[in-house]
Amino acid sequence: MINDNSDIILSVRNLHASVDGTEIIKGLNLEVRAGEIHAIMGLNGSGKSTFSKVLAGHPDYEVTAGEMVFKGQDVLALDPHDRATAGIFLAFQYPLEIPGVSNRDFLRVAYNAHRKARGDEEIDVFDFDDLIEEKLDVVKMEASFLDRSVNEGFSGGEKKRNEILQMALLEPTLAILDETDSGLDIDALKTVAGGVNQLANPDNAVVLITHYQRLLDYIVPDYVHVMADGRIITTGGKDLAKQLESRGYEWVLEEFRAGVTA
Amino acid sequence: MSASVQSLVSQPYKYGFTTDIETDAIARGLSEDVVRMISAKKNEPEFMLEFRLRAYRKWLTMAEPIWPNVSYPPIDYQNIVYYSAPKTQAKKLGSLDEVDPTLLDTFEKLGIPLSEQKRLANVAVDAIFDSVSVATTFKDKLAESGVIFCSISEALQEHPELVEKYLGTVVPIGDNYFAALNSAVFSDGSFVYIPKDTQCPMDLSTYFRINNGDSGQFERTLIVAESGSSVTYLEGCTAPMYDSNQLHAAIVELVAMDDATINYSTVQNWFAGDENGKGGIYNFVTKRGLCSGKNSKISWTQVETGSAITWKYPSCVLVGDNSVGEFYSVALTNNYQQADTGTKMVHVGKNTKSTIISKGISAAKSKNSYRGLVKIGPKAQGARNYSQCDSMLIGDTSSANTFPYIQVQNSTAQVEHEASTSKIGEDQLFYFAQRGISPEDAVSMIISGFCRDVFNKLPMEFAAEADKLLALKLENTVG
Repeated sequence: MINDNSDIILSVRNLHASVDGTEIIKGLNLEVRAGEIHAIMGLNGSGKSTFSKVLAGHPDYEVTAGEMVFKGQDVLALDPHDRATAGIFLAFQYPLEIPGVSNRDFLRVAYNAHRKARGDEEIDVFDFDDLIEEKLDVVKMEASFLDRSVNEGFSGGEKKRNEILQMALLEPTLAILDETDSGLDIDALKTVAGGVNQLANPDNAVVLITHYQRLLDYIVPDYVHVMADGRIITTGGKDLAKQLESRGYEWVLEEFRAGVTA
Repeated sequence: MSASVQSLVSQPYKYGFTTDIETDAIARGLSEDVVRMISAKKNEPEFMLEFRLRAYRKWLTMAEPIWPNVSYPPIDYQNIVYYSAPKTQAKKLGSLDEVDPTLLDTFEKLGIPLSEQKRLANVAVDAIFDSVSVATTFKDKLAESGVIFCSISEALQEHPELVEKYLGTVVPIGDNYFAALNSAVFSDGSFVYIPKDTQCPMDLSTYFRINNGDSGQFERTLIVAESGSSVTYLEGCTAPMYDSNQLHAAIVELVAMDDATINYSTVQNWFAGDENGKGGIYNFVTKRGLCSGKNSKISWTQVETGSAITWKYPSCVLVGDNSVGEFYSVALTNNYQQADTGTKMVHVGKNTKSTIISKGISAAKSKNSYRGLVKIGPKAQGARNYSQCDSMLIGDTSSANTFPYIQVQNSTAQVEHEASTSKIGEDQLFYFAQRGISPEDAVSMIISGFCRDVFNKLPMEFAAEADKLLALKLENTVG
């Protein structure tokens, strides 16, 4: 759904970021508009996951240059939890286990933090239960999941579905899915993809970080970006992903190197 | 770990005020004369003086224990005031209305209203200020069901035979160094007697307040539950902030007869010292329950958040067949606090059961140790124990230790021990943050989740208080 006239949600310009003094992101540019689905592909170590963490504000990463603007706000000026309530959502590649904190409480506190940030009243336990019941359908999860500790003892697929459940609940403007497809069997992949498709609408945007074309059969991207060495080296449509699947990455990297030296 | 995580676990102590009140205090130091003076001031029966003197002489032959995993400069026992009482309390009061309003105000500020119209609806309170009990609420109402709830000084006057029969039977005078000291100089505490087949009609509670900067507090609590009776007892503690250390060496003895149940809960929030480790209470306490009757049950629940040093092992001696001992503990240490705490479960009778759930949380430069003994005697056929000791570290300069001792002399016993250590790390906080939850709220959710098994065991009034207390302790003061 390419629409040059729609609102820019995220604008990243010349982003540089390091961890422990080692530069990982080296001049990344990206523009995401409302209603778009982007896929970021690339080899291991190209900086895809790092970019998602930098955007969400992980404290290990230091932004050394460049800017990120989200809905007109300077992202770098916001604390991580304020970035979240502003509408940036990251579905984690490895969702953490939090023993002792029930999924239901975690979701309710997160949801109320978002409401509070918008200036809305917090909702009580009963209204929340009604709300979360609906959302469970999106990812086909049993209500019993809510009474277990967050991600504790969940299978890989359950953890990923729990991430999408959180996304369904928090209704972010920008959702970044960091290798949400990895480790999923085909049924779980369909469920997760179905959930994402249900949530995508003309007012929000989705960025998929993935290694595989497989996910893109179910969530069709408007743009496919290839990342290498900390920046986006080429951008195409959904066909680019198919080419990468059949031909690998080497030809893209070669074309890029040729372009750089030309 | 970043400074930001650290700052989350620091908050100012809000009970640190001092009450300005004239006191009747004796000179510093300890001698046989001081022991006699304390006994005389309280007009005690002869057996009590004898008990004290035996304890004092025993104490002189003993040495301070050095095995706990704590360190502190030597205590000068001659530099402590062993008796300090508000002057207005010198004479026996007819009713609560005669209590010095300054004292009532003090307890009100601590959230323990004693006056008739405001008192806690379903809890009877014995309020102890420095060395004496200032008031006990609901005494008459309790007396209707035959329950005796009063200060131990009063019990020595009114029910000396009961005190004489049970005092020192669970914690003998020479049990340990601090127990001997307490037995010699204890000044007040609470006494509870629940008659046969009586369910105590309301929760009982003692609130301890150390006010005098130079005095030690040596209280003594004795609870006796006759056959078929039950009682729930709560204990709370605070002290002003001084830059010196005050000694608190208490003894609690519980006796449960056949089919009796005693639930004993503590929320300990003595002043812990400042962020540089200056000041704070030395909390050296001996708490022990004797399940003397068959099917009896004693359950200890403690939330330890205060004191510079905590040395405390609430224990159960399970003599009666089928008797049950439980220990549920949360110990939070911050700054330079040191805690060496745990329990002893001594299985003597057949089919005795014990459960130990211990949660230690350590932040900043604090030291938090669990030390526990499970002992199964040769006659304890079919005894069972389950222990679970979990530690959580906040930051990377604190330490957590677990010292479990297990001695089994009966081959039919089953003993299980589980332990875990976890850490609140940046990744966990980031996960919360990414869902819009601030680090303050995240830490408090993780901690209350971690402590849930223990908080669930607290009586309702206390569970809310404990949750609030931990949340306060974890409040971000730096911003």
